[in-house]
Amino acid sequence: MKNQLKTSMKVSVDLDTCDGNGVCMSLCHEVFDVREDGLHLLQEQPSVELRGPLKAAEVSCPTQAIVVED
Amino acid sequence: MPTDRQLQQIVIVGAGVAGMRATETLRQNGYDGDLTIVGAERHGPYHRPPLSKKLLSGQVHRAGIDMAPQFDVDARVLRGASAVGLDLSARKVHVRDDGQNLPLSFDGLVIASGAEPRQWPGDPIPDGVLLLRTVEDCLAIRERLGSHPRVVVVGGGFIGAEVAATCRLMGLDVVLIEKAAGPLVHALGDELAPCWARLHREHGVDLRLGVGVDGFAGNGRVEGVRLTDGSQLPADVVVVGLGVTPATDWLADSGLRTDGGVVCDATGAVEGSTEDGSVVAAGDVARWWHPLYEQHLRIEHWDHAARQGAAAARTLLAGKDRAEPYDGLPYFWSDQYDLKIQMLGLTTNYDAFRIIEGDPSGWEFVAAYGRGGRTVAVVGTIPNRVHAYRAAISQRAEFPPPRPSG
Repeated sequence: MKNQLKTSMKVSVDLDTCDGNGVCMSLCHEVFDVREDGLHLLQEQPSVELRGPLKAAEVSCPTQAIVVED
Repeated sequence: MPTDRQLQQIVIVGAGVAGMRATETLRQNGYDGDLTIVGAERHGPYHRPPLSKKLLSGQVHRAGIDMAPQFDVDARVLRGASAVGLDLSARKVHVRDDGQNLPLSFDGLVIASGAEPRQWPGDPIPDGVLLLRTVEDCLAIRERLGSHPRVVVVGGGFIGAEVAATCRLMGLDVVLIEKAAGPLVHALGDELAPCWARLHREHGVDLRLGVGVDGFAGNGRVEGVRLTDGSQLPADVVVVGLGVTPATDWLADSGLRTDGGVVCDATGAVEGSTEDGSVVAAGDVARWWHPLYEQHLRIEHWDHAARQGAAAARTLLAGKDRAEPYDGLPYFWSDQYDLKIQMLGLTTNYDAFRIIEGDPSGWEFVAAYGRGGRTVAVVGTIPNRVHAYRAAISQRAEFPPPRPSG
């Protein structure tokens, strides 16, 4: 895998901290889905193309429940 | 994204969520010129939603609301500095920093100066009558709540209702005063007023409706609240939640229209500022043209400020001709007791209302709001159910909207 460009990111959510406010979903619905039973991660290793919205969700989550790694 | 403009000196006035998202978006999209952020508060950016909820109750600590851990932005940040004027022809923002006047030249400007809480309009205000907007405000209230005071909350909007709920959860005696027929009426309408009134009364709030505040009793320190019906309530702490006004004083001589917020087109370019869209605005201070609702809207939602800040930055980089309109649906939530009230869309000037799922008497429901036969908003307490109506609202579905599956 050396010298190969990374094509995916890693997303994790602390479900104990998550309040289900849904800010992440409105910023990046490709990855985050909040339902009646709470938050669902639709992809754990989304494409780097979603970096912008993913970082937005990480920063904007009012409970700091989201970690996005390159 | 196309960056066909060669901006070199961008100034962002405001270090709240809109300003910070704008900053981040500029850098992410390859802007490598100078970037100066003018922040009125003395510390780094933080999350405001917990101020009336978990930070007030102490369920989260001060450090738990910082936005900074995730931020490592390459910018010059002035803290405790305020913009005091804007000269559009010279392209300068005048800033007051540490007692010094500091003119900042720009070729791109983001106005994200936010909003300020409405002050109580009357006489000298005794000690113990407090506003809630900043983290300092929150911690000052929290400190006083420790001695088990009698709390009076003036104003039954979202902030007032959340503060009342938080104080009840802390076991305090709380009176909530609202001129209208119920809490949250301004945002959510008359139909649900009895529902929110019952919510607070069932949780032990002494709710006084249809009455206003005449003034405060107490010499130096607040002892009571005088109501317009002639009665007086004892109080040790009063929290005044009368809404906010956009922070536009510094733009008074700029020539910009600032009635009810800085008026922008659908891309965030400030109307009447520059030909090339090099002045944009976002967040609580901005009144954008919303393509879906076909009016200028100033929206005070966290989520909206975050997204609008990013959109305004993209407009700045693209230039007016290539900028894209932003038509995101307003989304909002409010935590009160064990209910999370969520709203998608906008209820402004609605002319139709219907409960479309569940029943407010059991606390689990979704209500739809219509205007001119179309669905414009949904409000719900079934967790996250409102999101299922996103398509109905953004496609202006007939009112009432069909029940989505799932």
